[in-house]
Amino acid sequence: MTAELRADNLHLWRGEQHVLRGVGFVVSAGQCLLVTGRNGAGKTSLIRTVAGLLQPEEGRVFWRGEPTGVDRSRFHSETYYLGHDAPLKGDLTGAENLRFGVGIRRRFLPDELRAALARTAASDFADRPVRTLSAGQRRRIALAGVLLTTATLWLLDEPTTNLDASGQELIKTLIEAHLAAGGIAIAAIHHPLELDARATTRLELA
Amino acid sequence: MTGGQSVSPWHVARLTVERDLRLAFRRPAQLVQPILFFLIVTTLFPLALSPELSRLRDVAPGVLWVAALLSSLLALEFLFRDDAQDGTLEQFALSGQSLTWLLFAKTFSHWLLTGLPLAVVAPISAGALGVDFGSMPGVVASLAIGSFALSLIGAIGAGLTLGVQRGGVLLSLLTLPLAVPILIFGARATELAIKSEPYGAPLYLLAAFAVLGLTLAPLAAAAAVRIGLE
Repeated sequence: MTAELRADNLHLWRGEQHVLRGVGFVVSAGQCLLVTGRNGAGKTSLIRTVAGLLQPEEGRVFWRGEPTGVDRSRFHSETYYLGHDAPLKGDLTGAENLRFGVGIRRRFLPDELRAALARTAASDFADRPVRTLSAGQRRRIALAGVLLTTATLWLLDEPTTNLDASGQELIKTLIEAHLAAGGIAIAAIHHPLELDARATTRLELA
Repeated sequence: MTGGQSVSPWHVARLTVERDLRLAFRRPAQLVQPILFFLIVTTLFPLALSPELSRLRDVAPGVLWVAALLSSLLALEFLFRDDAQDGTLEQFALSGQSLTWLLFAKTFSHWLLTGLPLAVVAPISAGALGVDFGSMPGVVASLAIGSFALSLIGAIGAGLTLGVQRGGVLLSLLTLPLAVPILIFGARATELAIKSEPYGAPLYLLAAFAVLGLTLAPLAAAAAVRIGLE
């Protein structure tokens, strides 16, 4: 079945709080879902629930028509989740981080790594320990990681945090290229992200 | 579009171990801490107790093993902590690879960095406690196998205490009851080795614990980590 992510009537409780109240949506190949809402509306929780890090009390997430819990490793091998803190080790260089972090998902050639770093304009500082980098530079390294995984479904939590104007533009370009190649993206955003309206659905969390 | 070559479990484990070793050697202080602790404790005993070698030899197994146990408990706190903080564990859980296998690889490298060095430096401490050179193979073997079992069992506790702030004490309390059999059989094997008697039986039991830990602990740790990530 073609790539499609569907969420049905998701209900999630965090302690006493009813965070997600019957959230549902469908995103298919070439489409992007932008999740918006005030702080604490559950954007991160929704993304983490879709990724499978949180178990919803009610409702299910379907990937290619099948519940994601059935063949979790297949779903995860096609998905990449990037949270608002980039999962990078401060003592390793950016390139090393990707070599190990993405290396456990797929094998890639050094050229692919260089190409991904070049696309996110991270080549210049990829060989410096991550702890010496600025937050925006780390984000660019992490975004190169997203490209390198070649995942079909991108789950991005606040992808534009810490990025300068050219970085915001970069996110837009990357997502659009990803959609054009038949990928799917779900992004929780604060700042408006001007994507092609035909490929974009918006979900406002109350 | 997902693709590229798939990754074999061995490759995944190799990458994980390589990454952990590289990280450890970039931050040697954390690496040296448990070894130094072990050496200090074991070499203080001959100074505090009577310097009679036969007496020291009697207490040597207990001293070596209690120090090894405490040192590995100290080190356990660092097993998953950094990876939990920087999101690496999340990426493990979402990598499409077996979390059990990844955590086993992590536990193995943890043992390479904190358990195995204890066995390697043990002859120094044992020598200070009056143990003959001929008994060293038994001392080293029992500590090597025992510390491996301790690392595996400790991985469960380390997984369970992920969400706890300053979970060090809780981690020790959780792990100690499970570690006691290893302490008993390990100290017994060391004692027999020092007396130049056959120490095979307790050593095999120790190995049995390590195998039991090998089969069950990574599974339990993976389940614990999944809960901890929620």
